[in-house]
Amino acid sequence: MKAETLEALRQARAAKRPFLVVTELAGGAQAWGSRPAELTGDLTLTPVEIRAVERRQRDDASGVEAAGERELFVQVWAPPLRLVLVGAVHIAQSLAPMAAIAGYDVTVIDPRGSFATTERFPGVSLSSDWPDEALEALAPDTRTAIVTLTHDPKLDDPALDAALRSPAFYIGALGSRRTHAKRVERLRALGHGEEAIRRIHAPVGLDIGASTPAEIAISVMAEITAALRREPEASEVAA
Amino acid sequence: MTDQSTLFAGPDAIIDQIAAWRGEGRKVAVATVIRTWGSSPRPVGSQLAVDESGAMVGSVSGGCIEGAVVEQAIAAMNDRRPRRLEFGVSDAEAWHVGLACGGRVEVYVELVE
Repeated sequence: MKAETLEALRQARAAKRPFLVVTELAGGAQAWGSRPAELTGDLTLTPVEIRAVERRQRDDASGVEAAGERELFVQVWAPPLRLVLVGAVHIAQSLAPMAAIAGYDVTVIDPRGSFATTERFPGVSLSSDWPDEALEALAPDTRTAIVTLTHDPKLDDPALDAALRSPAFYIGALGSRRTHAKRVERLRALGHGEEAIRRIHAPVGLDIGASTPAEIAISVMAEITAALRREPEASEVAA
Repeated sequence: MTDQSTLFAGPDAIIDQIAAWRGEGRKVAVATVIRTWGSSPRPVGSQLAVDESGAMVGSVSGGCIEGAVVEQAIAAMNDRRPRRLEFGVSDAEAWHVGLACGGRVEVYVELVE
């Protein structure tokens, strides 16, 4: 690996851009960059190899590719996973560290001053902006999950409105079926159609009989994992 | 053996460490898991970076083969050639370091130049 490749990789990670390093295993020649068709370096890929690299990037699957006569190792660096929690509540206190262990950059949004404090959320990015403004600043992408937890329509609704306008791969909303039915009516009034409404996981989390805040956090983390790993179509819904 | 903090360093911590070592003028090699068979402990893409003194960050097996990989990484720094290494992680070795592995891994070692 060249110093130049390492620097380009670090810049891509900092900018949350995807990155690829393709290595010809026999000689060590490499190509790198964010898009398979526009890689630079001392290795030139054939059209067949480019398609193979595209497939690996889409599937987030590093591995050896032997599409032609040579063996290539394709290292896929997907942008970091992010989890945005709206509501610095008890469930968030369990969910934030669980998500961090699972590899997510976690941000907690809560404009109510005494909730989102570093004492309650050590090591987590906190925002006290209004949820729609905070989400706009965070610019959720296809590697972002968003969960609303406040139970307060004044906070959850603008968050969901912003979430539905983003390509986030997972959107979850805490609340009972009844609460959600009312919420759906309000979101429809804001102009969201059936397809958008279907993106919201509500009641949030897998049905594992969760009762305590930590158990609910487990069920939410499991559902986010399923959306990431088992339902690729969910991440392809355009904003 | 590595300690917990370096063993579980995330991918960004590893590339940051490579950049830091190089900033101090040290030679660095990086090992990457390129293939796995069976129940190997670390997935394809996992990396271990090594400096010229043998200091390491990251992991390619969770402890079983790091010693051998570090030797080859230092050899790669000296002859400036990449190498492909294949390891069968035997149950005996796995038991020795307290891992329930038993698969095989192929590792690519290259100099950061």
